[in-house]
Amino acid sequence: MNLKPATLAQIDEVITHYPVKRSATLPLLHLIQEDVGYIPEEAIPWIAAKLELQPINVYEVVTFYPMFRRKPIGRRHIKVCRTLSCALLGGYKTCSALEKEFNTHLGEVSPDGEVTIDFVECLASCGTAPVVMIDDELHEKVDPAKAKQLADQIRADAKRRI
Amino acid sequence: MPAPTQRRLIFEHIDEPGYTNDLACYQKHGGYAVLRQAVTRKPEELIDEVKKSGLRGRGGAGFPCGVKWGLVDRKSGKPIYLIVNADESEPGTFKDRYIMHQDPHQLIEGTMISCFANNVKQAYIYIRGEMPHGARILEKAIAEARAANFVGPNILGTGYSCEIYVHRGAGAYICGEETGLIESLEGKRANPRIKPPYFPAVLGLYQCPTIVNNVETLCHVKHIAAMGGEAYAKIGTPGNTGTRIFCVSGHVQRPGYYEFEAGRITMGQLINEVCGGPLPGRTFKAVIPGGSSAKILRFGERFKGKRKVGAEMVDYDWGVEDVPMDFDSLAMIGTMGGSGGVIVMDDTVNMVEALANINAFYSHESCGQCTPCREGSLWMKRITTRMVHGQARTEDAALLKGVADQIPGRTICAFGEACSWPTQSFLAKFGDEFKGYAEAKGKNAERANILI
Repeated sequence: MNLKPATLAQIDEVITHYPVKRSATLPLLHLIQEDVGYIPEEAIPWIAAKLELQPINVYEVVTFYPMFRRKPIGRRHIKVCRTLSCALLGGYKTCSALEKEFNTHLGEVSPDGEVTIDFVECLASCGTAPVVMIDDELHEKVDPAKAKQLADQIRADAKRRI
Repeated sequence: MPAPTQRRLIFEHIDEPGYTNDLACYQKHGGYAVLRQAVTRKPEELIDEVKKSGLRGRGGAGFPCGVKWGLVDRKSGKPIYLIVNADESEPGTFKDRYIMHQDPHQLIEGTMISCFANNVKQAYIYIRGEMPHGARILEKAIAEARAANFVGPNILGTGYSCEIYVHRGAGAYICGEETGLIESLEGKRANPRIKPPYFPAVLGLYQCPTIVNNVETLCHVKHIAAMGGEAYAKIGTPGNTGTRIFCVSGHVQRPGYYEFEAGRITMGQLINEVCGGPLPGRTFKAVIPGGSSAKILRFGERFKGKRKVGAEMVDYDWGVEDVPMDFDSLAMIGTMGGSGGVIVMDDTVNMVEALANINAFYSHESCGQCTPCREGSLWMKRITTRMVHGQARTEDAALLKGVADQIPGRTICAFGEACSWPTQSFLAKFGDEFKGYAEAKGKNAERANILI
């Protein structure tokens, strides 16, 4: 696990926010996931040592919180809200449209490696349903037509990167 | 009767053209003047103002904020912590998001006033993991407030010091439960704690006295400190003071957030006039009035009884449209005001499918600590999903009720109630639809959306 110097600095800084080091478990997991893309196996003992815990204390946290991933995902992470308000306005259709666009299934990396699509629970933007998060960005009122536009945008970004 | 006009107290500047979330803009609109004035007063006076205001928590339970503060153990000598519950995740609720993204300094000012009143030296804002922008905006706003001496050491030269840090969650709904949130902030799984003995006011974060308040509640504190508790109590209705933000989603013409004086608007005014009524060619069928855990209401049902108006008892005979949207009236008709999330469903929705969607949510979000909740929520999901995607049987309604009835009252936290109330109330209000689902299934497919 090779963390960027900036990540290491942020890790040392965030630990100072708490009178008890263990509280920094979630922040450290977030910082490592943002840097590496997922929580690699070696991160667990590393965090435990850093926070003076047992590896099990970190492991049980990683497995409890849905946002932490233990495997790499596609370059972009698409999270489609599944919960009632979004479903009432077509969230499931939006999700299938995106799966079709990228020729993939929920939870898998698309064949081009570009995206992983996940269904997630309520994203707290029910008034602009259906909503989709792409990485850190929230997209509102995503019907199948808008889903196609977003997919085109992701592919255009990918081309630009090459 | 026409709907009252909105009274925007908390959402005064939300969506206002030209209003930005930086300190300069906030101060141009009078920001931090209330904090400046508050720190010159005695902390006990501020607590008294909040008690007099009648403010009830906006996170869901509607517990009086002044009473919550009054329960804090101030004799132990341990530090007192304040946690801002910004883990907005009750399905149907989306108000705190806009406060944090568009007006973060209002939250910081309310938080600092509350910290000063309660002699808190360290506050944490526990924000949902799914709001990374919100977390960054809050961090930037706190840094600005720190630079201007509104947060940090020796605030405004008073000798009083208090720090705020932002702490991100990671996708678990149960972190909205205050003791689960505390466990999570301690770096553990968010398994709620048993009460007694772990009342946060006595044994909270790091076993120290802790206040956990919702984002909106703390914003109200700022306005109470500004106008005084008595003046604030005149807004709204007795017992339901101040303003309430309603988040309306689902099948209405104009979903969104609307702020009114509490108890001054009825369900009918809100969804018909303010939100423009049902979509073309459709009629309202059901509404969940306070986040997905609140018991569902069926259009056409009537509620009768006696209620107190001033000193007198008067009869009421309400349809769903006539119910005033306040904590007490909604409790009287067997549901709750909760977090203000109103989810509207029209005649295209099949109730078995809607319940299957809600059950999938609760099954996913149960922390797994108590058997009745972990297993019960899973079986309610399995049964309703099987009804939709597999075979539906007439006896499924009784089976579901049998599972749901064994959960509430048998769990450590209120999630047990929250996950069983939807099933219980859907069955009570739409029992026929469950019994006849095998025949009805798929008949409405071209009009309805897939819900599970």
